[in-house]
Amino acid sequence: MSELSDLYQEVIVDHSKRPRNMRRPADATHAADGHNPLCGDSISVFVTLRDGRVEDVGFEGRGCAISVASASLMTDMIKGKTVAESRAIFQAFHRMVTGKDELPDEGLDKLAAFEGVRDFPVRVKCATLAWHTLQAALEGRAQPISTE
Amino acid sequence: MAKSPAASAAYDVARVRADFPLLSRTVYGKKLIFLDSAASAQKPRAVIDAVARCYENEYANVHRGVYYLSQKATDAFEAVREKMRAFLNANETREIVFVRNGTEGMNLVAQSWGASHLKAGDEIVLSTFEHHSNIVPWQMLRDRLGVVIKVVPMDEAGNFLLGEYEKLLSPKTKLVAVTHCSNVLGTITPVREIVRLAHRAGAKVLVDGCQAAPRLAVDVRDLDCDFYVVTGHKMYGPSGTGAVYAKAEILEAMPPWQGGGGMIRRVTFEKTEYAEIPYRFEAGTPHIAGTIGLGAALDYVRGLGLEAIERHEAALLDYATRRLSEINSVRLVGTAAEKSAILSFNIGEVHPHDVGTVLDREGVAVRVGHHCAQPLMDRLGLVAAVRASFGVYNTMADVDRLHDAVLKVQRFFA
Repeated sequence: MSELSDLYQEVIVDHSKRPRNMRRPADATHAADGHNPLCGDSISVFVTLRDGRVEDVGFEGRGCAISVASASLMTDMIKGKTVAESRAIFQAFHRMVTGKDELPDEGLDKLAAFEGVRDFPVRVKCATLAWHTLQAALEGRAQPISTE
Repeated sequence: MAKSPAASAAYDVARVRADFPLLSRTVYGKKLIFLDSAASAQKPRAVIDAVARCYENEYANVHRGVYYLSQKATDAFEAVREKMRAFLNANETREIVFVRNGTEGMNLVAQSWGASHLKAGDEIVLSTFEHHSNIVPWQMLRDRLGVVIKVVPMDEAGNFLLGEYEKLLSPKTKLVAVTHCSNVLGTITPVREIVRLAHRAGAKVLVDGCQAAPRLAVDVRDLDCDFYVVTGHKMYGPSGTGAVYAKAEILEAMPPWQGGGGMIRRVTFEKTEYAEIPYRFEAGTPHIAGTIGLGAALDYVRGLGLEAIERHEAALLDYATRRLSEINSVRLVGTAAEKSAILSFNIGEVHPHDVGTVLDREGVAVRVGHHCAQPLMDRLGLVAAVRASFGVYNTMADVDRLHDAVLKVQRFFA
């Protein structure tokens, strides 16, 4: 059986307590709101997109350790990446947390800390909320996105 | 550290636990500590057996066949109506309408009584405590008819404010819909007084009894409420069962809300004559075996005795409140003067979802989230909370395990 420490790895606990990029960039060009009706958590993601590249990204909102750490690590990870690259990272991340990949994709780097989520299926939505919201922002969808 | 008080001599919780097969299982190799009865209670052997016996020996559709089995099933099913009448101390069995759950009960009253008795400008008074199931049906009616919804405030501790409630009542008030017991705060509302004041203003009163009925002795005649809604699965009965009590003269004046088989006297393509109450409100084949199981649950609860249950749960609440209060980072949510054994809390800045996961790994099952009462959570300034709720089978040792698991959360996220 997996242990709690497999889920709450040090890097996750650290980012949940001291989230990076928890701010709204003044020159954001894209934004979206995400919501998890199950727990009432909500998040807003803001992106400054220049020439198809994420120049800056930040988020606001409240949530559990998993969702906040995921948003924090996500923003760290995709800064400087193209829209296509960030989508590919999300896809690899999604495959990892839902247990579809045996081993985390090498490109996931620090995000591999979320590998333990796959043994806690009810927490997958917490780990992916920020990512779904980022996709909505990049695609310019106006409606708030929901994990339900 | 507080020591576990001895269990009441009159109430043998070990024997009660032995009646619930599921409680002997483990989760993650640890003994299950089930503290989520307010969401849905576990089932005693008597209920499980009653359902199995129905399917194995006495099953057929009810109110339909002329053959032996159909008659047996109908008799067993209708006997539960009488048990529910007695449980709630209603006047007559025809005042009991079977539904699938509390939510359906509220919708029945909103769509049948509400839609036929209310008009634009009429006012419905709700309380801050209401579960979504006692909010949304009235909002749907508001959007359809233009009725106005008013909300009784509460104080910081979670007490119902009778004085504020009285100020909201006026000749425009046509219905007060209020819970008997808050599913988040455990607050027991002063229903008798609420009803007296509403009736003086000429309004009817619906009481959501989903949380109260398994915990308190309910007497609808003493309360004098017009509607009382209960759900079977929280009363140790099967899911998919429940009942609405309504005064006979009110039911008589209500149109059917769902049409179909079983609720008619005669149908032609030109017109339909509806059945008498309560059958007029029971279209289609009901949850026959479940309702028969509900009858066994009512027998079981009455066998333990509501007063004994109240005493047992009050002792658990008292002890749990004391033990959790020993932990510095714990903030209790809801400390009303009149409370049932529902204890919500938060641990420092730790998100309830994370608390729930840690507690789960300790074998402790609690509910985390907004508890289907988002307006109440907004009023409290909370997104979510952890809720431990106690039932007939919980012990002081369960409270100790909860306490220790909460300490573990505190250490883990310190």
